[in-house]
Amino acid sequence: MNATGWLNWRSLNQEGIVFAIAVVLFIAAAIGLPGFINSNNLVAIVRSVSVLGILALGMAVVIIGRGIDLSAVAIMAMSVAWYLQLLNSGTSDGLAFAYVLAGVLAIGLLNGILVAYAEVPAIFVTLATASFVFGYVRSQLITQDAVPVPPGHWVELLGGLRFLDIPVEVFVFAGLAFAFFLFLRYTKWGRYVYFAGDNPVAARNIGIPVRPMLVLRYVLSALVSLVAGLLTAASLHSINTRIVNSTLLYDIVLVAVIGGIGLSGGRGGVRNVLVGAALIGILLNAMTIIDIPLLYQNLIKAAILLAAIIVDGFINPRDEQTAQQGDI
Amino acid sequence: MKIIRTFMAAAAALAVSAFLAPGFAAEDPGPAAYSQALKGKRVMLVPMAMGFDLAQGWAHYLKTEVEAWGGVFETRDPNWVVDAGAQAITDAISSDARPDVLIIHSPDLNSYAKLMKKAQAAGTYVLLVDNPANFPADAFVGSDWDRLGQLEAEAAIKGCGPNSSKKIGLVQGDQANSSSLYQYAGIMKVLDKNPDFKVVAKPDSNWDATTSRNVTTTMLQQNPDICAIIDFWDGDATGASAAIRDAKLEGKVFLVTTGGGEKTADCDKLQDGTYGAVVMTDLARQSGDMNAVIKFLLQSGQPAGTSHTYIYTLEKATTKADLKPDSCWDLKALQAQAAAK
Repeated sequence: MNATGWLNWRSLNQEGIVFAIAVVLFIAAAIGLPGFINSNNLVAIVRSVSVLGILALGMAVVIIGRGIDLSAVAIMAMSVAWYLQLLNSGTSDGLAFAYVLAGVLAIGLLNGILVAYAEVPAIFVTLATASFVFGYVRSQLITQDAVPVPPGHWVELLGGLRFLDIPVEVFVFAGLAFAFFLFLRYTKWGRYVYFAGDNPVAARNIGIPVRPMLVLRYVLSALVSLVAGLLTAASLHSINTRIVNSTLLYDIVLVAVIGGIGLSGGRGGVRNVLVGAALIGILLNAMTIIDIPLLYQNLIKAAILLAAIIVDGFINPRDEQTAQQGDI
Repeated sequence: MKIIRTFMAAAAALAVSAFLAPGFAAEDPGPAAYSQALKGKRVMLVPMAMGFDLAQGWAHYLKTEVEAWGGVFETRDPNWVVDAGAQAITDAISSDARPDVLIIHSPDLNSYAKLMKKAQAAGTYVLLVDNPANFPADAFVGSDWDRLGQLEAEAAIKGCGPNSSKKIGLVQGDQANSSSLYQYAGIMKVLDKNPDFKVVAKPDSNWDATTSRNVTTTMLQQNPDICAIIDFWDGDATGASAAIRDAKLEGKVFLVTTGGGEKTADCDKLQDGTYGAVVMTDLARQSGDMNAVIKFLLQSGQPAGTSHTYIYTLEKATTKADLKPDSCWDLKALQAQAAAK
């Protein structure tokens, strides 16, 4: 607000624009679509973007630190598929989980070390590890695209868990969002993520352990992916590795970027992820209620993303001072 | 006298020929011709991916048959990537070991049309399996998707019953794959004849279980009194069933889907009530049909691209009531059998 009481449109950034679009859509849907404002439907909206949002949280931390993790979906699907395959072939639960956890940590470490110490661009490293994880697990460790959860296993029970009629993944999403918020806002290492993302060389010069922190972020992202995978399997009672070929990865980046986390690093936070997830959730739900075919849904989603980016480009024009080296 | 001599000579000749006849008849010319026409012939299967029940079932049955008649059986795994499938077909056509028969599971109506034409020009017979395409292949073996859709709609109407809300929801695949488009057409044909039954929503799942769950959740939210849902594939119908479970509408919403009749994918789920009815493809018979067509084409001497046959597999809607021990085939058992060899 400025002195005249009007909203100062120059102070709007992409997050604000997207939030405004989300609110407008929400109001329009609430008025125009019967059953939209129903509490069960609102829960369904949040739930439908929970796994996406969880993955976007991991992605956000990596992007803020000026990186990108294209292996998130591969790790999510393949780790859980391997876990379920081990269980189905009779490995004890503890041992199976230990294997999978070790595998996930190893891939996170590999991503981080290659980016931090070998200085290979993150986009290539994670693209390669994504293919490796998918190819290795699919060809060597599992026999089928879809792996079912063994009946009565805790993953299946997890999927049926409800508090106040709200599915468990909503709470996990909320909990993780809060934890990431605390980490990024109030811990020393969390603040360092921004310094390292904004200007890695300067951050290193003032004594921030830039490289170990970089590794940490990729490990964090890998672990978050495992959680997202377990929640997916919990709900569907199986995991289908075909999801690796889907547009989920782009949707994760979309949620982070549309919420206003700059791909050049150093900007954004948990709030941006929530705003991005809210927009996507409302949009998809409304379009499903109106019964718009999938092709048009993708078109509308893409058009809104483009619009947000274009408006942001007008309001916050890039120049030599704001542009950074390493912009993607 | 002369006539008697002639008679005797004739009798002797008859006796000799009768004596020789068994040895002569034992040499059936069929197997030799069969073996000569088929021996060493190469058959290649290019499904949309090797990692799902249909493809693994086809591969198992075809391999057994092809190798039994002395042929070579190969598969390629595009892993759901259309480009990778195109690459596999291109490589196959131009390689030294060009397959004599190419079995293609087309991802949509048009993608591989040019390549299939090229294959036929090179002398390779092209069989389309499961998914029709806009291309005159030597043979199409698979489901009549329109008929399959009709069976699904009939099962849904039966599952709803006459005193229900008569509201049906559809979870389509996508708007490009022929199996989805024709299935929809078939369903609508039956519903046109039953005008009191209405489709209240028809979202796409894009063949993804999570999307299927989300759209079904919304659909049930908007129409809690839906009596049946038809999900276009058992690969993603697990999502629709999760939504029904979450909405606590188990037993109230009759879920109909279609699949390859694999045990864990279909029969187990019919048994535990997840699915109300599944229109199942008899995969062993479908593979048998393919094998018969392959054997016919290879012996026919007919140039590739000159015959156009449609061989539709017999489809049947199976419910829990008519589930039999042999209603499904068991992928795990096939894999164990293959591993034991």
